[in-house]
Amino acid sequence: MPELLSVRNLKIEATSYPPGEPPKRVTIVDGVSFDLQKGKVLGLIGESGAGKSTIGLSALAYGRGGAEITGGEVLLDGADILALGKNGIRKIRGARVCYVAQSAAAAFNPAHRLGDQVIEASVKHGLMSKDEARKRALYLFGVLGLPNPETFGERFPHQVSGGQLQRAMTAMALCSNPELIVFDEPTTALDVTTQIDVLAAIKHAIEETHTAALYITHDLAVVAQISDNIMVLRYGKQVEYGSVQQIIEAPREDYTRALVNVRQAYREEAADQSTALLKVENVSAEYSNGFKVLHDVSLHVPKGQTLAVVGESGSGKSSLARAITGLLPPSSGRIVFDGKPLMPDLKNRPNDDLRRIQLIYQMADTAMNPRQTVRDIIGRPLTFYYGLRGAEKTARVKELLDQIEMGKGFVDRYPAELSGGQKQRVAIARALAAKPELILCDEPTSALDPLVAEGILKLLLRLQKEEQLSYVFITHDIAIVRAIADSVAVMHRGKLVRFGPKSKALSPPFDDYTDLLLKSVPEMEIGWLERVLATRRMESAGN
Amino acid sequence: MTNPAPSDILPGLKFRQRFPLLALILERFVLSVVLLFAVSILIFGGLEALPGDFATTYLGQSATPQAVANIRQDLGLNRPVTTRYVEWLGNAVQGDFGTSWASKNSVSEQIGKRLGNSLFLAGFAAVISVPLAVGLGMLSVHFRNRMPDKIINVISLAAISLPEFFIGYLLILFFAVKFGMATFPATVYDSMGFVERLKAIALPTATLVLVVLAHMMRMTRAAILSVMSSAYMETAELKGLSASRSIVKHAAPNALAPIINVVALNLAYLVVGVVVVEVVFVYPGMGQYMVDAVTVRDMPVVQACGLIFAAVYIFLNMTADILAIIANPRLRHPR
Amino acid sequence: MRLRDIPITAWIGIIGIAIAFICALFAPWIAPYGETQVVGDVWAPADANYVFGLDNLGRDILSRLIYGARTTLLVASAATIISFSLGVILSFTAAVSRGLIDTVFSRFNDLMMSIPTLIFALVVLAVLPQNIIVLILVMAILDSTRVYRLGRAVALDVAVMEFVEAAKLRGEGKLWIIFREILPNTLSPLLAEFGLRFAFSILFLSTLSFLGLGIQPPAADWGGMVKDNKDGIIFGISAALVPGSAIAALAVCVNLVVDWLLKRTSSLKGGRGDA
Repeated sequence: MPELLSVRNLKIEATSYPPGEPPKRVTIVDGVSFDLQKGKVLGLIGESGAGKSTIGLSALAYGRGGAEITGGEVLLDGADILALGKNGIRKIRGARVCYVAQSAAAAFNPAHRLGDQVIEASVKHGLMSKDEARKRALYLFGVLGLPNPETFGERFPHQVSGGQLQRAMTAMALCSNPELIVFDEPTTALDVTTQIDVLAAIKHAIEETHTAALYITHDLAVVAQISDNIMVLRYGKQVEYGSVQQIIEAPREDYTRALVNVRQAYREEAADQSTALLKVENVSAEYSNGFKVLHDVSLHVPKGQTLAVVGESGSGKSSLARAITGLLPPSSGRIVFDGKPLMPDLKNRPNDDLRRIQLIYQMADTAMNPRQTVRDIIGRPLTFYYGLRGAEKTARVKELLDQIEMGKGFVDRYPAELSGGQKQRVAIARALAAKPELILCDEPTSALDPLVAEGILKLLLRLQKEEQLSYVFITHDIAIVRAIADSVAVMHRGKLVRFGPKSKALSPPFDDYTDLLLKSVPEMEIGWLERVLATRRMESAGN
Repeated sequence: MTNPAPSDILPGLKFRQRFPLLALILERFVLSVVLLFAVSILIFGGLEALPGDFATTYLGQSATPQAVANIRQDLGLNRPVTTRYVEWLGNAVQGDFGTSWASKNSVSEQIGKRLGNSLFLAGFAAVISVPLAVGLGMLSVHFRNRMPDKIINVISLAAISLPEFFIGYLLILFFAVKFGMATFPATVYDSMGFVERLKAIALPTATLVLVVLAHMMRMTRAAILSVMSSAYMETAELKGLSASRSIVKHAAPNALAPIINVVALNLAYLVVGVVVVEVVFVYPGMGQYMVDAVTVRDMPVVQACGLIFAAVYIFLNMTADILAIIANPRLRHPR
Repeated sequence: MRLRDIPITAWIGIIGIAIAFICALFAPWIAPYGETQVVGDVWAPADANYVFGLDNLGRDILSRLIYGARTTLLVASAATIISFSLGVILSFTAAVSRGLIDTVFSRFNDLMMSIPTLIFALVVLAVLPQNIIVLILVMAILDSTRVYRLGRAVALDVAVMEFVEAAKLRGEGKLWIIFREILPNTLSPLLAEFGLRFAFSILFLSTLSFLGLGIQPPAADWGGMVKDNKDGIIFGISAALVPGSAIAALAVCVNLVVDWLLKRTSSLKGGRGDA
């Protein structure tokens, strides 16, 4: 079959300007080659920094933020688009090759209606008249499952939801009948239950239109649903390249194997869950403008065990953590810690109460003061709670660094010099320094790459055994819940929908929401998407 | 100027939901009126609270107890503050600002003539400088970091560092004295024709333009740059749109609000610049009136001028806020 | 950050400011003649003895310029330091406390800012006695409103970051949070703003003196010198332009340094925008 897209020895470099040093040349993509046939989907998978977006953009001869294509060829239907002049490249973009960005909210112009933006490229490239383009847009809105397709085009970007915007962006890409579409992490920013709808819509649309696609993502389970072939990337180089069956069911390289096997179960569920270190009793809470974020929530966490709190955005899981720490005083109900009720407001709690409950944030970047060294970050709780200073403090900091598996040499580093995983480990050490009994983990691994997240989870589990810690682990990722929880609480719109030991909570019979939630998490299996869609069709047909 | 954004001030939630744009505009208007009211209290009352008895300072050297008592009687300074304030404000709203202590003439009469002159001068300068500033800003962005941009940057840096009076005297020295091309001082009188007026104020206008242009241009450049680096501009490029279409259709509509903001902010410079320029060029406007009054401590004039300048400034800011609201698509087409 | 990284323009600025400060500190030793000493004819042209010529009373312009540096810099520096401290303390307290304190401070600040600085100064100076302390205080208080606005914006930017919340959760007091968590992260934009305020103070003081409301004669101050010699312009005598150029030169130097600091901050909030 003739190749639609043929990439040979692609090399992409950029200049980085590290502060205080002369600018240097960095290689982002190093000698990558692949082929893509008409109508087929190639998944590009890798962790952040692997170069996948950069490769995707090279199919449009575009380098974002100073990235330059310095070597290799990108052949579209046999012709090297890198050799085309400015005008030649302009003619291809938006007509033969289209791009769907990660964040549709930012990619649409807030000043114009969606319909106008969707048909703009097709009309401006002279591919069809305005009327023809409008008709096609309408058809695409329908195919992609958008509500009220006839009037959808009249709306402005800020008037529709994130999932709808992502679909509108896909419509914009499909409108000009391109030969190739580059999807750049199109569902990463969406909720799990929205993601599955958008994913299904995209798959349906590209099947209907026989468009080829490059699908970029870091989530192997997602890419397994939609690609014919997969290429695994790391540090700008190709690690493995094969059919989706081969990669998922028989990965050859260690790195690929690690990605496929991510999040197997680690923790046996604890048998006795009757004691309670932390008890939340009928807690309700609201924001200052009266909006209620927690409705009568009751749960408990036994000593030395992990409660996973699951929910999507807006479920109230973060508000629950804020209520426990005292940042969001409950309007009714109470929180009991180690047998004694806690003062609702943080300001009224004695320092020792504050010490025993620690919080770890999702984004380690903003959770640490960029002007403080690791020594000061980890050392401050030591000074504040225990009065340790000077040599004593440094010695203890080094002990803690050991415990989080980082070398003593890190004491004088600044957060900017650490990687994402290292930053999160330092945040954990900071929490440990206070010798707490309960740690609230607010999505600590959501912002990390899968393998790095692995490491953090394993670290947290080990520390739990060593220090007899209790965790309230907030997440939207059911796979993590299965791997590490003893008990599970499911939250939806501020209400506690389900609570109990893991084995009970995650087995049927389910309430409607938990059912929906569990079904929406992509499994690392080929054909999972089809099965879920088929079940849905059956259910709605049966009603 | 910071936007208070108080969404709870106006009652009537239904009205707000049905006509959000109108509600926001009304809100701005009411806020400006309240602000002006507060400023009037500040100007009148604040001065009372400051140390330094009017009468004593006014008389200066000749402040004998008897003279002080007499003056206080004459000027009605014996009555309570609140009475005097209400009277003053009441009259002011009707356009009567009382009598000048120095010249015993009606303050309102003088203001009537002079306000027109000042607005004429400022307006003329605005009409020239705003398009120039926006144009230069766009040029600067187009040639970003290349020669033309660097040159414009250096010149504007110099311009914002020069005091207005320095620019004024420089222009006078070269254009009026050495080359005899313009007139100095810039006297205008009632019977002057329009074109003659323009010729008379050529130099003061040029000074004002130079002062304001530099500031405005730098801020316009920053606003445009910010819009150009937005994600939707990348989308336009990836759709293969031509550069001109990207700029006209995608950048321009979003640059409108920040540029309006910049322009309004700088029109405030004009309000201040007018004062100095009028003194330098001996132009019969509000600025010169106020400065003269301050020197001799003619309080009714100072208070009246202060209030009027503040009113113009507040009005300008309010207009800018309202225009920015109208230019924002999120507010024009709510959910 | 090494000395080599500072661009030429910033160096020019730094040197210019240094020269001005040296003149201010060592005026009696550097100036060839006295501040009020009459040495020749009115408006005598420049020659070997008198580098810039003589002024409207026959005094040496260069000497008055050097002594003027002293007055100008003293008043401008004092006013800037006071306005900056006041503005930063008030704005940071507001940003950390939020609630009622923030609302009251900010509304009051908005009120003060709704009158252009020069106008406000004119109104206030019409009532107050004329001396240096009053002048410095008036300039400082009026200018602090601009510092407040920037300080609050910058502090809020940092205050919503999670490490500030982490400090609150630890139980840290307000003082610690302001000085050890927020302040160190706002130094760059604040420094640039300090420079801007300094440049503004120099220009503002000169304007006030030019209008006859600032430093009173016979003390030399650059704005006042322009006022003294302005009548010569109509006769083609450029004496008034010398102090004017000095003001301009110093302001340019400060702005060059500020520009360099702003580039390092790369935040639009630290830009110029005030009347």
